Amino acid sequence: MPAVSKGDGMRGLAVFISDIRNCKSKEAEIKRINKELANIRSKFKGDKALDGYSKKKYVCKLLFIFLLGHDIDFGHMEAVNLLSSNKYTEKQIGYLFISVLVNSNSELIRLINNAIKNDLASRNPTFMCLALHCIANVGSREMGEAFAADIPRILVAGDSMDSVKQSAALCLLRLYKASPDLVPMGEWTARVVHLLNDQHMGVVTAAVSLITCLCKKNPDDFKTCVSLAVSRLSRIVSSASTDLQDYTYYFVPAPWLSVKLLRLLQCYPPPEDAAVKGRLVECLETVLNKAQEPPKSKKVQHSNAKNAILFETISLIIHYDSEPNLLVRACNQLGQFLQHRETNLRYLALESMCTLASSEFSHEAVKTHIDTVINALKTERDVSVRQRAADLLYAMCDRSNAKQIVSEMLRYLETADYAIREEIVLKVAILAEKYAVDYSWYVDTILNLIRIAGDYVSEEVWYRVLQIVTNRDDVQGYAAKTVFEALQAPACHENMVKVGGYILGEFGNLIAGDPRSSPPVQFSLLHSKFHLCSVATRALLLSTYIKFINLFPETKATIQGVLRAGSQLRNADVELQQRAVEYLTLSSVASTDVLATVLEEMPPFPERESSILAKLKRKKGPGAGSALDDGRRDPSSNDINGGMEPTPSTVSTPSPSADLLGLRAAPPPAAPPASAGAGNLLVDVFDGPAAQPSLGPTPEEAFLSELEPPAPESPMALLADPAPAADPGPEDIGPPIPEADELLNKFVCKNNGVLFENQLLQIGVKSEFRQNLGRMYLFYGNKTSVQFQNFSPTVVHPGDLQTQLAVQTKRVAAQVDGGAQVQQVLNIECLRDFLTPPLLSVRFRYGGAPQALTLKLPVTINKFFQPTEMAAQDFFQRWKQLSLPQQEAQKIFKANHPMDAEVTKAKLLGFGSALLDNVDPNPENFVGAGIIQTKALQVGCLLRLEPNAQAQMYRLTLRTSKEPVSRHLCELLAQQF
Amino acid sequence: MKLKGLGKRCKRREDLEIRFILIQNRAGKTRLAKWYMQFDDDEKQKLIEEVHAVVTVRDAKHTNFVEVLAISVADSLSVLQFRNFKIIYRRYAGLYFCICVDVNDNNLAYLEAIHNFVEVLNEYFHNVCELDLVFNFYKVYTVVDEMFLAGEIRETSQTKVLKQLLMLQSLE
Repeated sequence: MPAVSKGDGMRGLAVFISDIRNCKSKEAEIKRINKELANIRSKFKGDKALDGYSKKKYVCKLLFIFLLGHDIDFGHMEAVNLLSSNKYTEKQIGYLFISVLVNSNSELIRLINNAIKNDLASRNPTFMCLALHCIANVGSREMGEAFAADIPRILVAGDSMDSVKQSAALCLLRLYKASPDLVPMGEWTARVVHLLNDQHMGVVTAAVSLITCLCKKNPDDFKTCVSLAVSRLSRIVSSASTDLQDYTYYFVPAPWLSVKLLRLLQCYPPPEDAAVKGRLVECLETVLNKAQEPPKSKKVQHSNAKNAILFETISLIIHYDSEPNLLVRACNQLGQFLQHRETNLRYLALESMCTLASSEFSHEAVKTHIDTVINALKTERDVSVRQRAADLLYAMCDRSNAKQIVSEMLRYLETADYAIREEIVLKVAILAEKYAVDYSWYVDTILNLIRIAGDYVSEEVWYRVLQIVTNRDDVQGYAAKTVFEALQAPACHENMVKVGGYILGEFGNLIAGDPRSSPPVQFSLLHSKFHLCSVATRALLLSTYIKFINLFPETKATIQGVLRAGSQLRNADVELQQRAVEYLTLSSVASTDVLATVLEEMPPFPERESSILAKLKRKKGPGAGSALDDGRRDPSSNDINGGMEPTPSTVSTPSPSADLLGLRAAPPPAAPPASAGAGNLLVDVFDGPAAQPSLGPTPEEAFLSELEPPAPESPMALLADPAPAADPGPEDIGPPIPEADELLNKFVCKNNGVLFENQLLQIGVKSEFRQNLGRMYLFYGNKTSVQFQNFSPTVVHPGDLQTQLAVQTKRVAAQVDGGAQVQQVLNIECLRDFLTPPLLSVRFRYGGAPQALTLKLPVTINKFFQPTEMAAQDFFQRWKQLSLPQQEAQKIFKANHPMDAEVTKAKLLGFGSALLDNVDPNPENFVGAGIIQTKALQVGCLLRLEPNAQAQMYRLTLRTSKEPVSRHLCELLAQQF
Repeated sequence: MKLKGLGKRCKRREDLEIRFILIQNRAGKTRLAKWYMQFDDDEKQKLIEEVHAVVTVRDAKHTNFVEVLAISVADSLSVLQFRNFKIIYRRYAGLYFCICVDVNDNNLAYLEAIHNFVEVLNEYFHNVCELDLVFNFYKVYTVVDEMFLAGEIRETSQTKVLKQLLMLQSLE
């Protein structure tokens, strides 16, 4: 075997290197280098012509100096001269100098083209290889322009030596990748594919890389390579461990070539030809079988080489994703590696299993390893292995194991490395949202995240929890309660204060009934955190305070005191100072109506994709798609999020959040026709003591006047004309969409929200009702970038409704620009009791195609409910008066939401009736009373709701003076719990 | 792990297998740097330092793979991070042999490619040591070019590579 001694061949170089190594300091080294540079410069400039050896030696010294990190500004010409030498060693140093220094002087390239051309034409394989390596190493466009046409010829020439072919293939690959336009396709491409059959394994090894690259760019032109690759692979895989002699590495035949062939096959779908496919499947099975055989050597090199092929085989199996048997075998094999003593194998098995989890065939098989993976998360010493374990848990998560996985991730978070905490937080937040069976679990999980890793909970995560709580009224009371409890911890993270501030500001009223969380207690709890918080948080808290003034008039004096304090009014921070001044003024001068309008409950957040998911994607980059399982073919995905609306009678918003993760659930079966009834979960802010019973121009009108066309002087005058001209006959409009009832149901308990949304259009609703009058704002948003034309929304009264309800609409513009929103105002008058809502028909042209959509307008009879307070005695008296069988409607039903007294109370208030305390002898029960106001008549209503927590059932009884109204209200209200 | 130098090149990524090969000693001195992508000198220096920082803290309980989060400024507004690269490395005595490849590349194949390369060096230099690489740096480049070219594995047979090196050695 060859051996070389130190500095073999160039004594001067060895001496110089030794000198440099002996330098005691950087200064000494620089001194020595400068001395040498001066010496070399003088030699190069000297009168005496240098011989090839000296030139080579000095150029090599310059190269060494450059590699030490010093600039070299001369010697290039001498290096170029070396290229023309006939001696290999001199030529090699010349080429090396150019390859290494070419970045710093691209002028060089033009000078050397001639020498390269000569070497390529020399028919001396050694010189040809040197030239080809130089082109491959430099790979610039200039090189491509000069040589791209010559190299294919060298590659396929019958008389080229094997080593030249190897270099030519990779040289061409380099040029093709750098400037594909310069490489002419032609007759050579067909012959290149046949290099897969070449006798010389080295040529095949190099050629496969070129062919793979060509296949990626022009898959159709190189299809023939599939069968050739399969037969080559088959020969290697089935050969005995010594058959391939030189190409056997630790008893493994041609491991690198096998890996490359398997990667080439991943450019294509499974072979269509049955024979080829059969042969390939046989290969894959052989590899899987060999993995089970006892090792032929104990060396790690043997197992690594073997497993390199195995992992690439599994990649191909996953790529095909069509052979359930192979996928499950692959999964089992990886399962064995999960507990292997080699860390590398555990890591790779976790990584590979992550992609297996996304296949419907192997998802279940992957899930069986959950305990091992959780254990890896706890015990692995290498953070990157733990990270892969977390990725795999995320990928294997579905409805069945979400609670376990989320709780393990939360536990891991307490000790997780700082580097991956944020990612774990994002993953937990996404899984908790995606697989939430009930949203109280979701709220608990996110609050736990903030508690454990508050610093890593980014804005996206805590914004998200606010969006979801705002959009889902079934969780608002729970969220308020939980966040209130969390804030009682002596030290809580600032993010907790932010979430708490926002939620209590919006929904604090839902827990205000409990003396332990009465308004003053809520306020003093929040305010106790105030001084420790950053400016942004304090600004948010100030907004909470003004909301408190609106929600809880009893806190007004205290809060005004806080706002008035010098530390606020004269705060150096302009944002805080401005808020304090403005909120203080607002609370002092504005009437309760104005205050209530300004501080109305936040409208639902319209959303398409979870901002958290978007963030995780950004973090992981485009290549991480598989781990993010957004494109996941999960067999159980049909019930993902669909479970959020477990039965049609759930009224809580299906809401945009249901398909936040892009997994639109199959629409639940249509709800039974729901007609009347609305009312807000929250105490209606208009029901304050000074509420105006009329829709006439009050201060709130003035406030809104910028947002809408001039209000009519008297709404009564407008409403007196109950037949709007734009109202087409019912025959013109289609039947309501299947989800119409369900969408309508969302609004039984609230007045504002997103009524409808698809890919083109979003319709938002904001409405207010007073006695028998109502005003509704519809917001039509064009979600596309294209203008809608002939846009015409109209309201239709089917059947008798025309005599029961008058709806006056205003026309809207016929064009809606892309991304724009138009608003339509509806004035509504309830003439007499009604059971079916009006229809809203929306028609427009989008890109020339007519679109039509019919929805039910969220106007139900309980919108015209006026609460009535009465004493127990009066209640029982009236209850007895309404004792005719047809005046009573009763329903016994199962609870669909957690049975929380506070939430129930809020829902009943929202429904519109007054809640009467100390009437029912059983304090668990609720009784309420109210009057439905119509133009023609008033309908008195009494209700009683009896929860049975043990049985998770309710009994609801309604008594009204009109039989259909009793039944109708009973049906509507029964769906709220 | 974040290698900032590498990230800048993300946009000009050319779908190469190997981005670079580095041989460093424990003190961080570079004994070989072979670049398969165009980096400027500052970027190279930064990468050398960062790879050293990343691999020297790892021990036998760690994998031989380090994933790299390179920061890339994808547009003027947002800074994006990609998991595009990984360093496959193995330590031999005081030397770290590192190959930087695409994140989807076959880890074990490159890990053994390193070993294959080291065995060739060992034969060629007769029990190779760090000083052989210092004094014969220009020959090490030749060995690399025989085994790796254009960011791809060129030749894997030790017999063939050594035969070729012996032939070149005999030339003057």
